[in-house]
Amino acid sequence: MKIDSITKLDKWRKEILTKQKTIKTKVLICLGPGCLAGGSDLILKEFQTLLKKKKIKDISVESVKKTGCHGFCARGPLVIIEPLGIFYSKVKKMHVKDIIEKTLQKGEIIEKLLYKDPNTEKIYKEWRKIPFYARQQKIALRNVGQIDPDEITDYIANGGYAALAKILKSMKPDDVIEQVSKSGLRGRGGAGFSTGRKWATCAKAEENPHYVLCNGDEGDPGAFMDRCIMEGDPHTVLEGMIICAYAVGSQEGYIYVREEYPLAVVNLQKAIDDARKYGLLGDNILGTDLCFDLKISKGGGAFVCGESSALMRSVAGEIGEPRAKYVRSVLKGLHDKPTVLNNVETFANIPVIIEKGADWFSAIGTKKSTGTKAFSLAGKIKNTGLIEVPMGIKLKEIIYDIGGGINDNREFKAVQTGGPSGGCLPADKLDLEVDFDTLADNGSMMGSGGMVVMDDRTCMVDVSRYFLNFLVEESCGKCVPCREGLFQLHKLNEKICEGKGTEDDLKLMENLSETIISGSLCGLGQSGPNPFLSTIMYFRDEYEAHVNKQECPGGVCKNLITYRINDDCNGCMACLSVCAAGAIKGKKKEQHIIDEVKCDRCGACFAVCNINAIDII
Amino acid sequence: MVKLQINGKTVEAREGEMLLAVIQRMGIDVPTQCHHEAIEPTGNCRLCMVEITKKNWDGWKKSVTSCLYPVEEGLIVETHNDKLFEIRKTILDLQLARSPHSDYVTKMAAEYGLEKSSYPAEPQGDDCIMCYACTRICDVLGKSAIAPTMRGHEKIIAGPFGEAPPDCIGCLSCAHICPTDHIKWNDKGNTRKIWDKKFKLIKCKKCGKKTITREFADYLIEKRELPSEYFDTCDVCKRKETAEKMGELVIKAREATI
Repeated sequence: MKIDSITKLDKWRKEILTKQKTIKTKVLICLGPGCLAGGSDLILKEFQTLLKKKKIKDISVESVKKTGCHGFCARGPLVIIEPLGIFYSKVKKMHVKDIIEKTLQKGEIIEKLLYKDPNTEKIYKEWRKIPFYARQQKIALRNVGQIDPDEITDYIANGGYAALAKILKSMKPDDVIEQVSKSGLRGRGGAGFSTGRKWATCAKAEENPHYVLCNGDEGDPGAFMDRCIMEGDPHTVLEGMIICAYAVGSQEGYIYVREEYPLAVVNLQKAIDDARKYGLLGDNILGTDLCFDLKISKGGGAFVCGESSALMRSVAGEIGEPRAKYVRSVLKGLHDKPTVLNNVETFANIPVIIEKGADWFSAIGTKKSTGTKAFSLAGKIKNTGLIEVPMGIKLKEIIYDIGGGINDNREFKAVQTGGPSGGCLPADKLDLEVDFDTLADNGSMMGSGGMVVMDDRTCMVDVSRYFLNFLVEESCGKCVPCREGLFQLHKLNEKICEGKGTEDDLKLMENLSETIISGSLCGLGQSGPNPFLSTIMYFRDEYEAHVNKQECPGGVCKNLITYRINDDCNGCMACLSVCAAGAIKGKKKEQHIIDEVKCDRCGACFAVCNINAIDII
Repeated sequence: MVKLQINGKTVEAREGEMLLAVIQRMGIDVPTQCHHEAIEPTGNCRLCMVEITKKNWDGWKKSVTSCLYPVEEGLIVETHNDKLFEIRKTILDLQLARSPHSDYVTKMAAEYGLEKSSYPAEPQGDDCIMCYACTRICDVLGKSAIAPTMRGHEKIIAGPFGEAPPDCIGCLSCAHICPTDHIKWNDKGNTRKIWDKKFKLIKCKKCGKKTITREFADYLIEKRELPSEYFDTCDVCKRKETAEKMGELVIKAREATI
């Protein structure tokens, strides 16, 4: 069936909604990356098999829906029962029978599956009230975790493609650009360039054709926002891109997705096929003059291909190396033609901005950073997961109110924002408001939205070493400062971790960093020394302890620590059995002892001891 | 024409010209490694960096590679200052750690007062400075037989999958353009070896001198639409042949007039 007019789309939407109204209770099963790893696909199957056999009033196999990431990864697998919003967490296959028989059949709540806040011991029945969700505001992620990504009808029922219909019916391309500009939307990929301005420049460019590209090459360690959007709500990306194509006069677009996201590729392809089938992509979209088609371009997983000029070369089938952007890619991009390249999350915001208006959007967030931002919370934090919060929210609120604080109630040490090229902010910066400019002013950056929380057992010198190692491996190797400079910076950092560094090494590192920043060709090199610079800015004392006292305050750097068993040891032999080096001696119920010479500092004993009988000295 | 200021002097330049060309025309010595007139600039070595500003930039300056930056009206360019010296010196310092045995690198580094690198020598270092001159000249020739492969510090110039490049025609352009003489080749008997690939050399039918590889000859014949026997004789013999023919013609013409 081709939807060849806006009236037909409206009619179709009504039909879908009428049909969906007959399904009163919905069981949403999260199939996001976290829950899937916990076996949520098995839970889904179990629901389907059991419900096929059983006859329950108002409940059928159709009531069960698979969704994208619901957000609360730490508590996965998640099963949510709507419209009541009953939130079952850490569900296993064996619980499914109970959920059907008790909750679906009799309306009883299974208390042991409900979420209990570890800080307040309060039990929550409804997901919207849980502190993790209560502070969030979802725009880009509005459908993720709510709809079945495979069903175009689900997207349409939730207002999908209404924004596209709106612009085709009542807006000129310039009106669209004006709305996007007025909304203040800034690129969500990290640099925060005004989306409206980018579109306007491309629209005005005289050369033809114009291209629309979507950057789904999310490569920061610990970041998974774009992945969840592409997997959980692919149509919103498509709609955002079609609207952009209309605004800038493009007929051809590409979504660049890394091949490490196989599910994103599958779901996007299904969405593209469906959109084409119904006439929402291709020639004469919705019966109008708009012609635009999309292809997926799969990336091999090089981090540098997230950089705009490298991405464009990769899409064109060339080597993924950046070029100097003295002529901007919006004028000379893919195949040297005018190109709009936006991030997945940026496109996901577009339909909502068009539908609700620029003023509505710009009222959210701060003056210079409007709207919301998706973050993936990772690291030593209780509530790891996917969140979306209004700009201007304090770091503290994200980490403590939404994130629930630090694991085991340990002390907070730093939070890394902006991925490997970002920076680490210490405890006294927790009051900072999260927006593009504030983070940049404080030596970090917004980046694409990765947020890695670290506790007091983290060594910041080691953190810098880890991220520098990542960048050394991911540098494309084209220009000298990035290829050789980051390599030497990492070597010097390693030397300090080994306790062999000197004050002179620190000075050399600082000087070298300056050249890498001002000398490198692309953003990767220009922000490459950030892991080192931001950690030495806020944690110089840790570097000095390594250099002057050969001590690692975080207890991480192997050369500088030793493990010792204290008097609390009850001789349980747990550490002895995990020690691969055979360095632990002791009898049952007697205090054990570690042979420091044999010990290779792997930390396995420390991890396994649950009575804190092992000290790191 | 565009008017701009370089080191305090006002100069004119053609639109679309790169800053480096103007700077070199003025006789200012800005170091370069990856730059070559025959090939497109890529900005790999970063040595030609200069600082640019404009009157309305409120004193804000930007470091750019002059080989890639097109001239602009009213641009104010500085080619030498402490910051630029530091960048160039650090770059050479880093190269010295990677290629301590390269005459080319050690000479340039010495000009910046560097005798020994501040960084530990890299065990896997070689003389390749990754300027891409070889791959770019190969692209210009239309073969693209070699390319930068791998990533970051492991990056090397090689044929596809690290094997002998199937498209290589043994023309030696890469070896001749290489500033550090890192690309090794040799001619032994009738055989030329480069990039782990062996080529047969054409022997001049007249004097027996070895000329170019059969593959290179075939490529030129096809591309320039030359007669198929064009490379059967060497340049010298070809010239000789032409001179003889011309001589004969002259004699004939003279005889005809008498």
